[in-house]
Amino acid sequence: MNAMADSYVTEDGRTIGGVLMDLREITLRFGGVEAIKNISFDIREGEIRAIIGPNGAGKSSMLNVISGFYKPQEGEVYFRGALRPAMKPYQVARQGIARTFQNIALFEGMTVLDNIMTGRLNYMKAGIIKQAIWKGAAEREEIENRAHVERVIDFLDIQAIRKTPVGRLPYGLKKRVELARALAADPKLLLLDEPMAGMNVEEKEDMSRFILDVNDEFGTTIALIEHDMGVVMDLSDRVVVMDYGRKIGDGTPDEVRGNQEVIDAYLGVAHD
Amino acid sequence: MFYREAGDFKTSYAEDNQTFPIKFDRYRYWLVLAVAYLVIPFMINDYWANAIFVPFLIYAIAAIGLNILTGYCGQVSLGTGGFMAVGAYACYKLMTAFPDVNIVFHILVSGGVTAMVGAAFGLPSLRIKGFYLAVATLAAQFFLVWLFNKVGWFYNYSASGQISAPERFVGPFAVTGPNAAPWAQYMICLVFVTVCAVVARNLTRGTLGRKLMAIRDMDIAAEIIGVNPLRTKLTAFAISSFFIGISGALFFAVYLGAVEVGEAFGIQKSFLVLFMVIIGGLGSIFGSFAGAAFLVLLPVALKFVGSDLMGWPTDLVSHLQLVIIGALIMFFLIKEPHGLAQLWRVTKEKLRLWPFPH
Repeated sequence: MNAMADSYVTEDGRTIGGVLMDLREITLRFGGVEAIKNISFDIREGEIRAIIGPNGAGKSSMLNVISGFYKPQEGEVYFRGALRPAMKPYQVARQGIARTFQNIALFEGMTVLDNIMTGRLNYMKAGIIKQAIWKGAAEREEIENRAHVERVIDFLDIQAIRKTPVGRLPYGLKKRVELARALAADPKLLLLDEPMAGMNVEEKEDMSRFILDVNDEFGTTIALIEHDMGVVMDLSDRVVVMDYGRKIGDGTPDEVRGNQEVIDAYLGVAHD
Repeated sequence: MFYREAGDFKTSYAEDNQTFPIKFDRYRYWLVLAVAYLVIPFMINDYWANAIFVPFLIYAIAAIGLNILTGYCGQVSLGTGGFMAVGAYACYKLMTAFPDVNIVFHILVSGGVTAMVGAAFGLPSLRIKGFYLAVATLAAQFFLVWLFNKVGWFYNYSASGQISAPERFVGPFAVTGPNAAPWAQYMICLVFVTVCAVVARNLTRGTLGRKLMAIRDMDIAAEIIGVNPLRTKLTAFAISSFFIGISGALFFAVYLGAVEVGEAFGIQKSFLVLFMVIIGGLGSIFGSFAGAAFLVLLPVALKFVGSDLMGWPTDLVSHLQLVIIGALIMFFLIKEPHGLAQLWRVTKEKLRLWPFPH
C-alpha cells in the first residue's frame, strides 16, 4: 500500500526498515464531533515520524488512538504486521509502545529513580511472595533493572537528581525524566507528545539532541507531535500534516513544506 | 555530627537498595530490635503489657495495613474496623473448629480470609475515588459489624453474642486465655509485628510498591506505562486487609480475650487507625509505628498527668483527649501531611549537619 515497501538508507546513514505501525482509515468521534476523519498513515521502523498541524487538528487524539487511550469508531491499527485487537492502555504498553505527555505525567511523590524504575515494570515478573521476602528473583530483577535504568540516567545526564523527589524538579528536568521513564521500557515505538512545549531555545536544543541520539543509538522508532516548525523539519524523516481532523499532507519535510494545502492551513485561508 | 555519612560509599545496587542505607540507622535498628526482644520481655508486667505494649504492637500492624492502602496506593478506607472484625471472627471460628492446630497458623489464615474479604470490598475502587470510595468502604464497615451481630454461626450461637478466646499455646506457653503471661502476649505480638513490618517494607520498596505509588500519584500515567489499575488496587486491598486481619485476630485472641463486635470493632476503630496513619505519616512504615505509639500513649500519658498528678475529674481528661487528637489531626493535615515520619526525616536532615548548618 506504500510506494516505499522496502527498507532504505537515509542521507545521514540510518537504515529505515519496513512498516512498524500501520493506521488504516481511522475515524474517531466524540459524540457529534469528528476529531479524526478517515486518516491513514504508517510509521516505519527506525524513523522519526512527526505529526503536525494547527491547534485542535486532532494530533493528540491520534497519539491517544495509537497508545490505546481512545478507541476509534472506524479503522484498523496494524502493529508489527498484525491487526491490533481492542486493547486497554496497559496492554498496549506491554506490546512495547511507550509515550510521554503534553502535560507532564510523572509520579510526583516518588524519586526520579523510582519514576524511571516504573518504566521497567513490565520486565519485572517476580511473584508477590518473592517480593515479600526480597530474595531470589525479586532481588535479582531489582538489581538488573536498576543497572538498565542507570544506563538511561547516564544517557540523559540526570545522575545528580536520581534521589530527588520529582515534585521538586524544574519543568525542563521533569520533561527529561519523563523521557527517561519512557526510554527505560525499551520501547519499540516511542510516542512524544510535544516534547519541547514550554522550553527555551537551549532546552529545545538539548531535547532535540536527545531525541536524535535515542533514535540513532537504540534505533528506536519515534512518533512525535511538535509545534516548533524548525525543530520538526530538522528532526523528522517524514511528516504527517493534520488540519480539522483530516490529513492534508504526508511526506518528507521538503515535500510538506511545498504543499499548498499545508501552507494554507498554517497561514489561515478560509475553509469552504 | 550524629550522622557520619562521609566514607559510607555504596559499591553495588544491592547496598544502595537496603532499607537503612546509612550505617548509623542500621545500628539503631538492630539496637531497637535487641531491646524489644531481649530486654522488655524480662521487665514487662501486666500493666505495661495491657496498657501500652500489646495494644501498640497490634495497632502498629493495623496501621501498616491501612498505610499500604491509603498511604501508598492512595485509596482512602474507613473499613478498618470491619476488616479487623473479619480477622477476629475468622480466628475465633478457626480456634473453635480446629482446636489442635497452632494459634499462629490460625492467625495467619485469618489474615488470608480478611484479604479475600478486603479484595471483594475493594472492587468499587476501580470506578470511584477519594471521598466516594471512603463512603463505599464505610458500607463495608457497617455491613460487616451487622453481619457478625446478626448471624449466630459466627459467634457459635453463644447466648451473649460475644466471642471469647479459648486458651491456646505456643510450645508450652499460653498466649491466649486468662492464664496467658504478659510476656507471652507481648512476644507473640512482637514476632508478628516484626515479620509484618519487614514484609510490608519489602513489598513497598520494590515493584509492587512502585505500582501502588504510581496509581496513587497519577493513575492515567500508571496505566500508560503498563500497570493494570484494577489488579493493582485489588492487590493493595488484599495485602492491606491481610495485615489488618492479623491485627484483628491478635486484638481479639491475645489482647481482649472476649469481644462484642460493635463495641470492639465499630466505626471508632476505623477512625482511630486512620488517625494513626495520618498523624504517623502517610506512605511510611516507620510512620505507622509512630502513629500507633502516639495514639496509644496519649491517653495513658493524659490519664497519668491529668488524673494522677493534677487530680482532674476523669470525664474532663477523656474529653480533653478528644480535643487534643482533633487539634492534632488538623495541625498535621495543614502543616505536615506526611506526619511524624516526615518530622523525623527533617530532624535527621538537620542532625546530619548539626552544629554547622551551612
